[in-house]
Amino acid sequence: MRTVSKYVFLDLLKNRSILVYTAVLAVLSFTLLGLDGGSAKGLLSLLNITLLFVPVITTLFSAIYFFNSLEFIELLLSQPVKRTRILLSEYGGMALSLSAAFVVGVGFPLTVMLPVTASFVLIITGVLLTFIFTSLGLLIFVLSRDKTRGIGAAIIVSLFFTLLFDGLMMAFIFTFSDYPIDRAVVAMVGLNPVDLARILMLLQLDVAVLMGYSGALFKEFLGSSTGSLYAVGCLGLWTVVPLWLALRIFRRKDL
Amino acid sequence: MIRIEKLTKSFGKFKALDGIDLSLEKGQAVSLLGPNGSGKTTLIKSILGLVIPEKGDIIINGQPIRNHPSYRAHIGYMPQIGRYPDNMTIEQVLHMIKDIRQGQSVLDEELYVSFGLDKIKHKKMRTLSGGTRQKVSACIAFLFSPGIYILDEPTAGLDPVANEILKDKIAAECARGKLVLITSHVLSDLDGLTSHIIYLQDGKLMFHQTIEQLQEQTGETKLNTIIAKILTHADRKQICVS
Repeated sequence: MRTVSKYVFLDLLKNRSILVYTAVLAVLSFTLLGLDGGSAKGLLSLLNITLLFVPVITTLFSAIYFFNSLEFIELLLSQPVKRTRILLSEYGGMALSLSAAFVVGVGFPLTVMLPVTASFVLIITGVLLTFIFTSLGLLIFVLSRDKTRGIGAAIIVSLFFTLLFDGLMMAFIFTFSDYPIDRAVVAMVGLNPVDLARILMLLQLDVAVLMGYSGALFKEFLGSSTGSLYAVGCLGLWTVVPLWLALRIFRRKDL
Repeated sequence: MIRIEKLTKSFGKFKALDGIDLSLEKGQAVSLLGPNGSGKTTLIKSILGLVIPEKGDIIINGQPIRNHPSYRAHIGYMPQIGRYPDNMTIEQVLHMIKDIRQGQSVLDEELYVSFGLDKIKHKKMRTLSGGTRQKVSACIAFLFSPGIYILDEPTAGLDPVANEILKDKIAAECARGKLVLITSHVLSDLDGLTSHIIYLQDGKLMFHQTIEQLQEQTGETKLNTIIAKILTHADRKQICVS
């Protein structure tokens, strides 16, 4: 259903929140890259911005937008089309417009000021994260009964992956430090898309100091290239699985 | 055109629809009445496939509707609350719906013109008043001249002029042999428009009769008084039973 995606995309391009999001990302990118004269340090700061901003903004914004278009989705569903198609095209329009915002806000300054491979990896990582957290936003929308609870869930989910998960991971590592938990830690990283994105990026930059315990283990066990592939694979799953779940649940949902 | 057999739907412990049997035919204008929470919206949404029934069947034009979205090409739906993407213009919304329903070449744009929407087609949906959005919803429902119209509180929020235009349109479509299913709390709006009344209470079908039958039974002519009389009568009966 390209039609619905196209119109959702056009609607969102004129959305004020999306414009502000793009502008903030652009200002941050230009200042950070300008400060260090285009070094890898600027790229790292930009990575941290991406890892914090993208999940929180994407999950919250997409969930709120989906809840606000509930009546419109109902109207679309009263047309002779399949439910899954409508939901998929809503998802497509949303993920594409948020990705466009990221590419313009972060990608454009990067290609102008620091055109190296690592920059492009950062752009791709940001876009992947956008798709992942839009999926999660959609899943929250499909699962929640009302808007207030849905937005609450969106806040909790995004904070869980950006902040809480690391704390839990630390607790886990400290508690079981006497046991051989290396492999378990590598597997656990796969449970958090934000960590995966961070490691994927740091494998490119080769700054082992900043990787932390889990990142170092990751590199030791999987090496740079296998590690990157594993991370990208996991990120792919993180996009597809919540989306598939959302579509499945939505097929039988009462509106 | 629409046949409903033993339709049951509950939300948790609450039974929204309880074994509804109905048969609606061409050329009828059916009013769906009942107090708040009596299952009117659930019934409409079941017909549209927005609510998935637990038990029972809905058969439209001889085909059960389960898992066949194509039957909705025969339905024009006007929702109670019309909300549209903020930054889309009226023109874009209509284009989008037309694109979705590709293949239906005959378009009925009478309401679009008579509501004066063609003059404000570049306005964004966000800037429109509730009544104007209702007009857009009505426009979409009638755009493809389907065989069945489902109108949920169509006249709520419309100004008197638009109200008359819409009522004339409904009457005209009915005369052309279409089936119209309306819910409304404004009974005076339904006067002279409807041929049949369906009354729901607590998810059960109380009665489904023609206006003439009801007028005969109660000796009244106005819809308001007919319904009031039947209800007070029913209440008294309930009190006697309990």
